[in-house]
Amino acid sequence: MHFEYFIEGGNFAEAGSTSSQVKKTLKQLNVDGTVIKRTVVALYEAEVNIVAHAYSGKITVELDEEKIDIKIVDEGPGIPDIKRAMEIGYSTASPEVREMGFGAGMGLSNMKNNSDKLNITSTVGKGTEVEIINYFHL
Amino acid sequence: MNDVFHHALKFREDLCIGCSHCMNICPTEAIRVRHGKAHLQANRCVDCGECYRICPVGAIIVEQDDFENIYKYQTRIALLPSVFTGQFPNSISHTAIRSALHELGFTHVYEVEEGVEFLSDQFHQYIREKKTPRPLISPFCPAIVRLIQVKFPTLVNHIILLKAPLDITALNARQNLTEQGINPEEIGIFYITPCAAKIVAVKSPVGEQESVIDGVINMNYLYNKVRKIISHHRGADPLPEIPALNAKSVCWSLTHGESDHHEKGRSLAIDEINNVTEFLEKVENDEIKGIDFLELRACDESCAGGVLCPGNRFLTVNKMRERTSINPILSGIDNKGTLSYSSDRQKFLTDNMRIDPILPRSILKLDDDVAEAMVKMKRIYELNRILPQVDCGICGSPTCKSLSEDVVQDQADIKQCIFIQKILEQNEKLDIWESIKIMREIWSDNKLDKNSLKDEINIIN
Ligand SMILES: Nc1ncnc2c1ncn2[C@@H]1O[C@H](COP(=O)(O)OP(=O)(O)OP(=O)(O)O)[C@@H](O)[C@H]1O
Ligand SMILES: [Mg+2]
Repeated sequence: MHFEYFIEGGNFAEAGSTSSQVKKTLKQLNVDGTVIKRTVVALYEAEVNIVAHAYSGKITVELDEEKIDIKIVDEGPGIPDIKRAMEIGYSTASPEVREMGFGAGMGLSNMKNNSDKLNITSTVGKGTEVEIINYFHL
Repeated sequence: MNDVFHHALKFREDLCIGCSHCMNICPTEAIRVRHGKAHLQANRCVDCGECYRICPVGAIIVEQDDFENIYKYQTRIALLPSVFTGQFPNSISHTAIRSALHELGFTHVYEVEEGVEFLSDQFHQYIREKKTPRPLISPFCPAIVRLIQVKFPTLVNHIILLKAPLDITALNARQNLTEQGINPEEIGIFYITPCAAKIVAVKSPVGEQESVIDGVINMNYLYNKVRKIISHHRGADPLPEIPALNAKSVCWSLTHGESDHHEKGRSLAIDEINNVTEFLEKVENDEIKGIDFLELRACDESCAGGVLCPGNRFLTVNKMRERTSINPILSGIDNKGTLSYSSDRQKFLTDNMRIDPILPRSILKLDDDVAEAMVKMKRIYELNRILPQVDCGICGSPTCKSLSEDVVQDQADIKQCIFIQKILEQNEKLDIWESIKIMREIWSDNKLDKNSLKDEINIIN
C-alpha cells in the first residue's frame, strides 16, 4: 500500500499531521504498539526537520505485510556534514525555531534510535533524502 | 456480572425514537442505527455517557443497583463523593443531608476523598521508584482509562497503576468497621456515583480482581430522595459527623484537583473527552515534551459535570470551592484536615494499592492479521472515495468513513448511503422500491410510512 503526503517548510502548526495519519493506519493494521510508537516518533522528527530546516518536502509511505518504508524527500539547503548533524546536541536551528521548542539537536539521533534502518543522503543546495524502515516483527 | 465489557449504559428499545443524536455524538463511534433504533457496540463503548446526556427522550438509562439492596446488610455505608454535597443549595446543611441519609437507611457515611491524602503520598513514591514512560497518566477517570485502551493502545503503559480514592476509602471503611467487631459479611458499601464510567469501574474493574464496593446508586436518584426528605422536614438523627477534609481532598475530583499538586509547569489538566482525545494524539506522537503528569477527565468540569449529577456543573464547582473557603490552589499543604490513618492501617492500604497492568484492546484494528487488515484497508479507501463525505448519518453509521469500515467488516451495505442510492437510481441500477426498502431497514417502517403525512403532503407540494 502506498501513501503520499506533502509538507510545507516553516509551517510548524501542521508538523505532526503526517505522523498522526500514519499512526492511524498502523493501528488499523494491528501493528505492535512498540513498532507504532517507534515509527511515529522517527517520522515526526523527520517531519519537523523539513518544517524547521527545508523549504518543502514529500513523504512517501510504502506498506507491506512485513514492514513500513518511509521516504522523506525535501527541497532545501541540504546537510553538509551528515555525521556531524547526527551528533546529539548539534543544531543549526535559528533562534526563532528554538523559541518554538525545537532545535535541541536531538532529532536525527532520535530517528536513529527509533528506526530499524535509517539512510540519509543529502546534496548541499538541493535537498535531503531520509529513508526510515521499520519491521513489524523482530 | 464481570463480563469483559460490562456497560452501565442501557439502550431502551421501547423508548428509542431512532433520532441518531447519540450516534453522532459518540466519541468512539460506538453507536449505529438499525431498524429505527440505536444499537451499542459493546467493545467500542467507554461509558463516557455522552449519549445519555444528549438523548432527547430518556431512552438511554444508567443501570444501578436496586436501592433495597442496602437492606441485605446490617451495616450500610454510603460512600459519597464530595461533588454530592456540591449538588445542594447552600441553604441545606451537611447535617441535614446526613439526617436524610440516616432516614433512608444508611448507618454510616464516608466521603470518598478521605483517601486522597494517602493516595497522593503513595503517588509521589510511585513516581520516584517507577521507570514508567512520561508523561504519567492519572488512572482517576475510568472512562479515560477505557478510552486509552481502545483508541491509544500505545499509551496504556503510561497509566499509573494505583487505585482510585474510592477504593482506598472503601478498603479503609471496611477495615475500620471490621476492627470494631462488625462481621465483614454484614457490611455493605454503596457508592453514590456521579457517572456511568464509575459504575463500570466498580462492576468490572480494569486491573483489579474484584471491587470492594457492594453496590452502586446513581447520584441523581439519591439526590431526589434526600431532597424529598429534607423538604418534608423529616430525617432521623444525623449520622455522626465525618472527618473534615482539606481543600486538596475536597477539590480532588474537580479539574486541576490532581494536577495542582504536581510540579508547576510539568503537569497538565484536561477535561472533556474530545479535548482529551485531541491531546493524547499529540502525546502518542511524542510531540509533548517536558510534561510529567496528565490529569485527564472525560467530563467537562470533571466530576462536577458527571452525567448523573443533577446540579449545574459550574455552580457545583463554585460551591465546592466555597466549602474549602480558602483558595484551593494555595491551600492543602499544611492543612491535613482532621483525618489520619494509623501506621498499621497505612501499611494495610499500601499493600493493597496496586492494580495490575492495563492491557490495550484496540477498536481500530481491522483484523488481527496484518495481511488481512491490509486487504480490508485498501477496500475501505476505495469505498470511502466514492462516498460524499457529508457525514449525514442517514446510512445508520456516524460518518462516511465509518460506513466504509462497516461495509468491509460485513456490518453494512454500501447501498445504505443515500447518495449512492441516488447515483444508482439515475443509472437505473437501483429501483426506487428497493432503495425504500433499504431505508426502512435502517430507519424502520414507521419513519417511511407513505400514508403518514396524509394532509401534510399537500403542504409539501
Ligand atoms: N531536512 C534537513 N535539511 C537541512 N538540514 C537539516 C535537515 N535535517 C537536519 N538538518 C541539520 O541537521 C541538524 C541536526 O538535526 P536534528 O534534527 O538532529 O536537530 P535539530 O532539528 O536542530 O533540533 P531538534 O530536532 O532537537 O528539534 C539541524 O540543526 C540541521 O542543521
Ligand atoms: Mg530536528
